[in-house]
Amino acid sequence: MGKRVGIEVSIAAAEAVGLCDTDVVAAYPITPQTHVVEHLSEMVANGHLDAEFVPVESEHSAMSVCCGSAAAGARTFTATASQGLALMAEIVFIAASMRLPMVMFLSNRALSAPLSIWNDHSDTMMVRDAGWIHVFCENGQEVYDAVFHAFRVAEDPKVSLPVMLNVDGFTLTHVIEPIEFWTKEMAAKYLPRFKPLNRLHPDKVVSMGAFGMPEIYLEQKMAHDHVLIQSKDVILKAWEELGQLTGRHYKPVETYKVEGAETLIFAMGSICETASMAVDHMREQGKKVGLVKLRLWRPLPMDDIRKVLAPAKDVVVLDRSMSLGAANAPVTSELRAVMYHEPQRPKIHCMIAGLGGRDVTPDDVSNMVDMALSESTYGYHLYGVRG
Amino acid sequence: MTKPMDQINWQEVEPGGVITEPGNASCYHTGTWRSEKPVYLEEKCIRCWRCYIMCPDAAISPDYENNRMVWNYDYCKGCGICSYECPVDAIEIVEEGE
Repeated sequence: MGKRVGIEVSIAAAEAVGLCDTDVVAAYPITPQTHVVEHLSEMVANGHLDAEFVPVESEHSAMSVCCGSAAAGARTFTATASQGLALMAEIVFIAASMRLPMVMFLSNRALSAPLSIWNDHSDTMMVRDAGWIHVFCENGQEVYDAVFHAFRVAEDPKVSLPVMLNVDGFTLTHVIEPIEFWTKEMAAKYLPRFKPLNRLHPDKVVSMGAFGMPEIYLEQKMAHDHVLIQSKDVILKAWEELGQLTGRHYKPVETYKVEGAETLIFAMGSICETASMAVDHMREQGKKVGLVKLRLWRPLPMDDIRKVLAPAKDVVVLDRSMSLGAANAPVTSELRAVMYHEPQRPKIHCMIAGLGGRDVTPDDVSNMVDMALSESTYGYHLYGVRG
Repeated sequence: MTKPMDQINWQEVEPGGVITEPGNASCYHTGTWRSEKPVYLEEKCIRCWRCYIMCPDAAISPDYENNRMVWNYDYCKGCGICSYECPVDAIEIVEEGE
């Protein structure tokens, strides 16, 4: 086991990318970028990492370079946030549909306007249907471990898909946490050499990114959806081996004090730590409240969600983004869809919280649970909005 | 191509739509799009090869043995560039079916 150090989460993630012996890093190193690529550029410049660092002219180009790099068979990494992801979006869809494995560190931040650099999940929800694997992290150690897992899953020949690591902007990216590092040997043991399904090489010529006529587009989409859903097996196996290696065990859906709980709080990302404090407090008051944390957002672990939610009376979803003009917010929408046909299903309440970096405290979470349980209609609440 | 495109099931498609058989675009006859057709007037042709150079596909090629140009109508979309570029009006555009 490696040493335990106090370090900024972004820098730790960059160190993990370095331990993965990444070949190509392409990024647009300007706001709203984090320290991830800044530190990686230093590592490359100082000779600590033998990689190509491509400082491109825009995020659109960053994602394009990543596609070319993955197509050539190189281990590929990029990092971005909010508006940067928005500019990448066109190529984000292409990367997944072309089955090009790469890892993106996404510092989750709000989208303009008004211009905001603060944390919520608007950016990732914009590309939730792109066909990437989306993993959410709760703390710095999880982010660090998730980098190795992401490369392992993305490059598995049974998967060959890009993986997006969702890391809450500021609340995770810019904080210093104690993180247990991996050794070089651990990384080498866990992460085999990248052997792409197909690659651009003169020895075996292939064409990538070809036109798809109406006769074949549908079949390609079906194949993509199937492989994304099937990737869960590889994801689970990679987490299992990571657990054996580090002693830290990850699951697609994790729970905290759900035994005998009538009300479940459902959340993703760093807000789970806040919510767990609220659960402790509410349990002390004798309230039967538990917490469900979703780590794997795509592919959505539908069976696990059904199993964990079915016994509850009420589920309070802490959504971190809005779907303007829609019935509710993205996470709630999925849960309501997953549970609708179940014979026994809880009431699912939608609480949109912490948009654009608005602080959410444990007391806020308790308040949201109280509000949800007293409501009689089931639309959504924008918690904390004045007026 | 091993199978016509409209008979491939989703389980059989290449991951990411990769084309493993280079140049298989030739299996697709774009000439079916044509509504107007270039007609070669051999007696007027000065064999400058401008049509061959300018064709955006590869539908025109020189026949060296017979010293003339030949058209491959499987890939000629009838864009008319050859006719427009011809310096001696040796390529006439006619309505398809005439």
